[in-house]
Amino acid sequence: MEVLSYLIPISLVMGGVGLLAFIYTVRSDQYDDPEGNSQRILNSDYDDHPKVD
Amino acid sequence: MTALSRPNISACPACAAAPAAEAMAERAAQKDAQIALSVPGVHCGACISTVERALEAAQGVKSARVNLTLKRATVEAEPDVMPEALIAVLSRIGYESHELDAGTLSATQTDKAGRDLLMRLAVAGFASMNVMLLSVSVWSGAADATRDMFHWISAAITLPTIAFSGQPFFRNAWSALKHRRLNMDVPIVLAIVLALVTSLWETSLSGHHAYFDAALALTFFLLAGRYLDYRTRAIARSAAEELAALEVPRAFVLRDGEEVQLPVSELRIGDLVRVRPGGRMPVDGEITEGMSEIDRSLLTGETLPIQAMPGQGVSAGEVNLTGPLTICATAVGKDTSLHRMADLVAIAESGRSRYTSLADKAAQLYAPGVHILSALSFIGWYLYSWDVRISLNIAAAVLIITCPCALGLAVPAVTTAASGRLFKKGLLIKHPTALERLAQVETVVFDKTGTLTAGTPELVTLDGFGSRDLGIALALAQGSAHPLSVSLTSALKAQGIAPATLTDLTEVPGYGTEAQWQGRRVRLGRAAWVGAKPGAETAAWLGIEGDAPQSFTFTDRLRDGAEQAVAELQAAGKDVILMSGDTTRAVEALANRLGITQWLAEALPEDKAARITALQEAGQKVLMVGDGLNDTAALAGADVSISPASALDAARVASDIVLLGGDLAPIADALATGRSAIWRIRENFRIATVYNLIAVPLAMAGLATPLVAALAMSASSITVSLNALRLR
Repeated sequence: MEVLSYLIPISLVMGGVGLLAFIYTVRSDQYDDPEGNSQRILNSDYDDHPKVD
Repeated sequence: MTALSRPNISACPACAAAPAAEAMAERAAQKDAQIALSVPGVHCGACISTVERALEAAQGVKSARVNLTLKRATVEAEPDVMPEALIAVLSRIGYESHELDAGTLSATQTDKAGRDLLMRLAVAGFASMNVMLLSVSVWSGAADATRDMFHWISAAITLPTIAFSGQPFFRNAWSALKHRRLNMDVPIVLAIVLALVTSLWETSLSGHHAYFDAALALTFFLLAGRYLDYRTRAIARSAAEELAALEVPRAFVLRDGEEVQLPVSELRIGDLVRVRPGGRMPVDGEITEGMSEIDRSLLTGETLPIQAMPGQGVSAGEVNLTGPLTICATAVGKDTSLHRMADLVAIAESGRSRYTSLADKAAQLYAPGVHILSALSFIGWYLYSWDVRISLNIAAAVLIITCPCALGLAVPAVTTAASGRLFKKGLLIKHPTALERLAQVETVVFDKTGTLTAGTPELVTLDGFGSRDLGIALALAQGSAHPLSVSLTSALKAQGIAPATLTDLTEVPGYGTEAQWQGRRVRLGRAAWVGAKPGAETAAWLGIEGDAPQSFTFTDRLRDGAEQAVAELQAAGKDVILMSGDTTRAVEALANRLGITQWLAEALPEDKAARITALQEAGQKVLMVGDGLNDTAALAGADVSISPASALDAARVASDIVLLGGDLAPIADALATGRSAIWRIRENFRIATVYNLIAVPLAMAGLATPLVAALAMSASSITVSLNALRLR
């Protein structure tokens, strides 16, 4: 049962990381335009280099 | 156009990204302009890049982002960039666009309430996954110290999560209790709190059963229902806001002898406002200069334009047809007759406030029922065992297992599915209970002008005219932008008529066009001006000097799908009634054309509303479809109401559903979808009841373990959601 002493913290940390990642996506407006995002992935504009702001 | 006169920083957009540092610093002091454009034509990935690239290449634009879901482009630009310049840029690459008024459009800021709910939903979801993991180990046999440790860890995750995620329920329940009422949230909060209290108590005594996972799953499912409900309404709201934001934001005003463009909200009484042909009056006022004709159909339902001359009064919302007019404003903004009428509607009792939604009815039965059941089980077990711990445990199990989740999801899951389907067909459901009310409709009342008809004239016939006369008429009609002339031109061109050669062609605003033909004066216009007696129909008269005047008669063109909608509604057994402010003759003609037997002509706004009240008193459920200001009272009074997107703002606000496309055919579909949605909602309630009938006796008998509670809750929520997806 000693295995629990590290398995439980690991599962909690993994859940926490997932939650933080989700909070980040909400904060950065990534759910505002679901249709546009599904189309933009097919767009080859920024394939060679990222968009420069 | 200051944007065009500014010196160019750089020709290519890529270099524009790296201008001199001092220029950056200088401009940073000013606030960037944010311009929102509605671009209805974007529909694919290629459109996104074309539009964005074109906008970013425009002068002064810092960044442009297209939102495909909302069909909208948001542009960050220098303060002096005018939206007109960007609209011109888009029209050059073939995209129609309209400026959206940033003041009306609060949806450009990210929607706070939706994000807040989503965050609470996510936290509840992640926490319930972790707690479920621990609970499964307990259920599969963890014992003694291990079980206690798992319970304590679950408690440590659950308590803060509920404190954060459960807030919407706590707030609603508290406000209901403050007003001494019961709503769905009261039993929900009681279930969550009781589950937490008994679980903590059990854990501290190393008990076997803890309901932490149930409390979290309950919160998660209910938040999912709330979020679905919220999103459906948010989409409708942002589309409705966009329609409102498209309305006349600007007017041309004479200030110190110069014509300046001002937002309508800045107009003052006494301002001289210029209204161009085709423009809508932004204010109430008196004509000081100019001759024209005015289309009042949105206000009164009359199709025949009236003549306008200096000294005559005009009301906001009327459309100027032929010549430019200068108006001295006598009432602006909230004081215009347009707004006053709209305000009257807001005061009047509306059909929607009288309706109790299915969810509310269910809650009225459910909330007291659950409390009584759980209190009875507590008392019963206490009298039987004299043990508070067992009794409380069982009371909590009863509260949790009555699956308010299924009830919480039953309605939003169905309305989300139904609204999504109707939105694809071009119907925007603005009001949350509109679908339910739509399902009960027995009588459908249509307005004529602008609703069943498109508001554009259509020539009745060309028979009986000589080709010489038609050639002259075409040449005269081409000289004017009056709707009758435009319609006549296209009808004659379609017949392959060649225009006659005329000289001295002039348009006399308010009367018609005049020219010389082979030394004779020829005129096309109003009856009296041409020398004929005016008839009852909409007509343009052709007068050739020396010949008797001839008339081209017009009818109002039917809106697309009008015939189909009326036929389908009648086939579905609904009573269809036509009500209009137009003349008896015009209304009768249209009623015959569409096969409508009941009609009412020359109806004043009060007549329309009174007729609807009379129908309702006779026990009918009435759907009103209308677009004008004269319909707003009727729209608000009817049980449910629909208005086309082309309607006046006031009419759209008064109605529950907005028809986005020009086509009327989806109305019949909407009634069918409404009915099947209600069917599904009732079915969902029945499913939830069946679950309760099985699970509640188990819980009251003390046989429900946390595992049984978790299974019942998840199974009922999932069944209800899947059932909603079956909606056709």
